[in-house]
Amino acid sequence: MFGQASTDLRDDESLLDRGLIDSTGVLELVGFLERRYAISIDDRELVPDNLDSIARIVAFVEAKARAQVKDIAS
Amino acid sequence: MCGIAGTLSLSGHPVDPALVSRMGGALAHRGPDERGLHVDAEVGLAHTRLSIIDLVGGHQPMSLDAGRLWVTFNGEIFNYIELREQLIGLGHRFTSRSDTEVILHLYDRYGPDCVTMMNGQWALAIWDSRRRRLFLSRDRMGVRPLFYAHLNGVKFSFASEVKALFQDADVPRALDLEALDQVFTFWSPLSPRTIFTGIHELSPGHSLIVEAGCVRTWCYWKPQYEPTKMGSSQTLSEELQALLVDATRIRLRADVPVGAYLSGGLDSSVTAALVKRFTTTPLRTFSVAFDDAELDESWYQRQMRDALLTDHESLRCSSSDIGRVFPDVIRHTETPVLRTAPAPLMLLSHLVSERGYKVVLTGEGADEVLGGYDIFKETKIRRFWAAQPQSLRRPLLLRRLYPYMPNMQAQPLPYLRAFFKVTERDLDDPFFSHLPRWELTSRLKCFYSDATRDRLGTYGAVDDLRSRLPAEYARWDTFSRAQYLEAAHLLPGYILSSQGDRMAMANAVEGRFPFLDHRVVEFSNALHPTMKMKVLTEKHLLKRAAQGLVPDVIVNREKQPYRAPDARSFLDSGQATPEYVEELLSEPRLRADGIFDPSAVQRLVAKIRGGRAIGVKDNMALVGILSTQLLIELFIRTSPDAHDSERGTAVRRGELFVRAGLN
Repeated sequence: MFGQASTDLRDDESLLDRGLIDSTGVLELVGFLERRYAISIDDRELVPDNLDSIARIVAFVEAKARAQVKDIAS
Repeated sequence: MCGIAGTLSLSGHPVDPALVSRMGGALAHRGPDERGLHVDAEVGLAHTRLSIIDLVGGHQPMSLDAGRLWVTFNGEIFNYIELREQLIGLGHRFTSRSDTEVILHLYDRYGPDCVTMMNGQWALAIWDSRRRRLFLSRDRMGVRPLFYAHLNGVKFSFASEVKALFQDADVPRALDLEALDQVFTFWSPLSPRTIFTGIHELSPGHSLIVEAGCVRTWCYWKPQYEPTKMGSSQTLSEELQALLVDATRIRLRADVPVGAYLSGGLDSSVTAALVKRFTTTPLRTFSVAFDDAELDESWYQRQMRDALLTDHESLRCSSSDIGRVFPDVIRHTETPVLRTAPAPLMLLSHLVSERGYKVVLTGEGADEVLGGYDIFKETKIRRFWAAQPQSLRRPLLLRRLYPYMPNMQAQPLPYLRAFFKVTERDLDDPFFSHLPRWELTSRLKCFYSDATRDRLGTYGAVDDLRSRLPAEYARWDTFSRAQYLEAAHLLPGYILSSQGDRMAMANAVEGRFPFLDHRVVEFSNALHPTMKMKVLTEKHLLKRAAQGLVPDVIVNREKQPYRAPDARSFLDSGQATPEYVEELLSEPRLRADGIFDPSAVQRLVAKIRGGRAIGVKDNMALVGILSTQLLIELFIRTSPDAHDSERGTAVRRGELFVRAGLN
């Protein structure tokens, strides 16, 4: 993501604490997730609980993807 | 304004006149009108002159009593007329009308303390031949630059710019990694350090003496923040206005026409309005315009032009212009920068010079002195929030910060909270105000190579600064501390140098700054912080003083700092990448220079090319890396100004003037 620091990032580490998300970085992250996983993220979902570590992002994206599949199926 | 240089032999070896001439030659851009040298066995002084005061009589180096004292001087002593009268009253006899001669007499009478009587912007050297003493001094705020290299027991050399020192093969050329680490924290090295190993600057407000082989430096002036000045906003704003009128009036003393910059902001508007309203000087104004609406302030500039009815000219600057001139910008900044903002100012000074102007007044310094920066507001909001950390309403004030940055405004509140959060530890930290900024900037260190990281070891720039704080710092309130950090570091280290003197003097244009008159600075430093930031209104007292002087739309507008297009000036999908960018950021070049990690830089480049870099950090990283690489290319790998160095003409010992354009 930024320089060398991303190479040794643990899955549960806070991206904010590691300085990987700066004042505008979350918008980049959201843009990337929406493009890559074809999901759409609501403004209210933009909270550190959902996005502030690799593990949280994985859980969040998986939940979003499941919900969208359900939407399509129903 | 001018360039100065010189060297003092400490070894008994006679000074090489050709070297002194080359040192002067390297500064030709600062003073295209004349070149002067004084060389004897022990000392050599060089001067390149931009004639502003006493065009006929002010040649330099200038001597008193047939060589008892010699001076080479860059700058202006604005109160020289008053000082001259006082000295005449004391029996001194003058042979010219220049401020340079006033310095000689003042030093002759009062010795090194004489600088405390001077109101101005200077870098000067006096050779006291009887005492065999070299005296150097630099103005209080650091408007004019002065660098030196002390080769123990061999020689002591000084110059307005490092490129003059590098004319001497004895002066080492290497990058100081700890200084680089300081740049990647604070935006500039911590004075007196520079980015080059073994080259120091004389810090603002300092003087220096070389005598009997020893170098002694001392501080003759420093900012103090004691809120002793009481009074209503009304009376204080009247006092401020009167001071600013006088500061502007004496800054118009010149025997050539004086122009002014108009940024569209409050500060330069006030300066230009003071010229118009309180003096008879015909006013010509200049400004920069950008294609990018987020950066452009043309609308406000036109408001001022119409209000002042000035003869106004605007320079439109594109991102490709910046990419094109950036190597030349770094040749003049002589230090890495994290923003391209200096570049348009170099293009602007070129325009000013083409129009026949040598002097411009600007609003520089008002934000530091009178409390304009967003960092002051940010500090106040974070303090207020930290007092009630559970409050849901207080962090909403974070939305009031950085209104000119759409990306910041689009940031979800939880993230703003996380970004500006205050911990217990932060509250007690003497750097409370600046930690978020410095931590953000320090992220650029992710791009260091393993070798750089190893060589830096446990070095910490913030701890380094911590150990250099003045004793009084602990006594000051948070606001004053933040002001001090801006005024003592960012102002001289970046704003007045990389963005100021160097960009103007690249084209022989001298900047003058009424807000940096030390009387204005001392007045403001004695104000209570609420006179500067009232609730969340920045520069409260200045806004009050500006009412009726500049249009309300200017007084009441949201503050917008001056910025220029950064990363996209170099890597834009819509335009060709300049050749030097490809070369300096290439894997082999990065590997050879060894400072940065090639694969990390390549990832950044790819990200910017892909249009995915929207953050401040990416922009700062690219500009910081590229400017460091340019610095290595221009100053370490090759001889700076190799083409300039041979311009000096035949030199003999003794006094010699080489005049250009006058004969």
